[in-house]
Amino acid sequence: MPNNLPEIIEQVKLSLGAFVPEISLSALFLLVITLDMVLNEKRVVIPMVSLVGFVITGFFTWQQLDMPNQEYFLRMHVVDPFAVFFKFLFLGAGALAVLITMDSEELGEKNVANIGEYYAVLIAMVLGMFLMASASDMLMMFLALELVSISSYILTGYLKHQIKSSEASLKYIIYGAVSSGLMVYGMSLIYGLTGQTNIYEIAKFISANEVDEVTLTLAALLVMGGFGYKIGAVPFHFWSPDVYEGAPTPVTAFLSVGSKAAGFAMLIRFFKVAIPAEPTGELAFDWVNFFALIALVSMLLGNFAAIWQSNVKRMLAYSSIAHAGYLLLGVLVADDLGTQAVMFYLAAYTVMTVGAFYVVILIANKIGSDDVNDYRGLGKRMPLTAAALTVFLVSLTGLPPTVGFIGKYMIFTALLGKGTVFLTLAIIGVLTSAVSLYYYFKIPLNMYLRESEDGAETPMESSAFANALAAFLMILTIGFGLFFTPLANFAKNSVIMLVMN
Amino acid sequence: MPEIGLNHFLVLSAILFSLGLFGIMTRRNAVVVLMGVELILNAANLNLVAFSKFNGTMSGVMFSMFGIILAAAEAAVALAIVLNIYARFKTVDIGEIDTMRE
Repeated sequence: MPNNLPEIIEQVKLSLGAFVPEISLSALFLLVITLDMVLNEKRVVIPMVSLVGFVITGFFTWQQLDMPNQEYFLRMHVVDPFAVFFKFLFLGAGALAVLITMDSEELGEKNVANIGEYYAVLIAMVLGMFLMASASDMLMMFLALELVSISSYILTGYLKHQIKSSEASLKYIIYGAVSSGLMVYGMSLIYGLTGQTNIYEIAKFISANEVDEVTLTLAALLVMGGFGYKIGAVPFHFWSPDVYEGAPTPVTAFLSVGSKAAGFAMLIRFFKVAIPAEPTGELAFDWVNFFALIALVSMLLGNFAAIWQSNVKRMLAYSSIAHAGYLLLGVLVADDLGTQAVMFYLAAYTVMTVGAFYVVILIANKIGSDDVNDYRGLGKRMPLTAAALTVFLVSLTGLPPTVGFIGKYMIFTALLGKGTVFLTLAIIGVLTSAVSLYYYFKIPLNMYLRESEDGAETPMESSAFANALAAFLMILTIGFGLFFTPLANFAKNSVIMLVMN
Repeated sequence: MPEIGLNHFLVLSAILFSLGLFGIMTRRNAVVVLMGVELILNAANLNLVAFSKFNGTMSGVMFSMFGIILAAAEAAVALAIVLNIYARFKTVDIGEIDTMRE
């Protein structure tokens, strides 16, 4: 690392070229804040500006595809296909979040006087996710994670006059602050053990020198506390049911796809790079078995607890805990096949979960409730919306011909042929998916086979835009389920992660 | 008088960490819980600075400076949320702020 100032400035100047998408997002953030101050009518202009900004950032991200794998900014920031894949995912999730916010009555003019800041904070959150996916230094990981976290606390409590939303934000910030505190303490121990904060240097040090195993295990467990909270896996999941239920639904959708994907991106990079297998095949800290345990408990608890929920958002929260378990299965294989499956599944999960939450928003706009018992008779009253929800739930269960099936199939096949422990985990994964069928299908059961209590049958379809967006997500869910090769290939080509250099 | 070495710092930071964790787990006042979080963050900062002093690299000091700034940012948002909670619930006792569990 250079020590004199001119050299550092030179390095930073060179690195700026690799930072264009992030600069563009920062500029978008500032633009939205400014527009929020000068405009009178913001409900259409600001989301449109955000969408255009996301498209422009997408173009800059696309240009990064041909860039060489390299570290920038004094080894803080990496640009590699792995990061670029996740950047596209975050942009997609962010754009969908903007679109579904526009249609939400919860965040409509009646409840929220000023919506401009909402979009600004959302953009800041996307920026934080970008940094999370490409952080190669523990300091940068911490900063990026906090940027995402603090933005998400604000978004969760955005309906500050509502009791549920305020309560959700309090619970979120308390759990979040504690887990990030644990994570920093763990990082400080790792720094003490190795004298390095860069994850590649840590890996080099760990494989070259003897480090105290107990301390390293303790530190890695503490770091896992921070990551586990972001991905919502057991035992760091306590916040998610309450936050998912209380937050405005578009925020819930974005949290469940965006922050989870960002958490996984960072988790994979940290554990695969910083604590690699030694030449003997042994890990300095046995994170594979540890993840196996977390994944197992997450799958069981998520799926079984969801059975008792009658609030759809809460049910989807437990289902997202279960999905964190499935995704961890792909991580703990620790080979390219598993990582590729995780990336594919995260993309699939984004489409189907945003879709499901979007339909929940559309239904709540009409009937004003998230309770599954109030969904009775909706099959007749909102035929297209009900059909879309059914498709998303089929996909979340993991049945063909949807993208969820392909994702689960890829994860479970990655586990095959790696030994009995992995095989058992795959079998448990399949069995718990069967359990999930039960609670997911409570919703279509209520919509199609039960009459609503007051016997109302008047149709109440949403706007043409809403129907078009729901149909678009439904087509994506089925389309990627039938023609999954391009997405799978993109994931496969993106697995290349900057390994030891 | 023995010289103050690395272990003294580490023990102090471990005590701070444990106190913070203990406070978070036992206290029911949201503000006191947030104070526990600050203790944990400061334990980490102390660790970082001590390690930095004893192994001669500067990255620990840099890390701890960012840590202090982030702790302040987090506390600002957290206190705003707690204020809002007080306006809604007329209490900051986390045991009583529990409307969603079924």
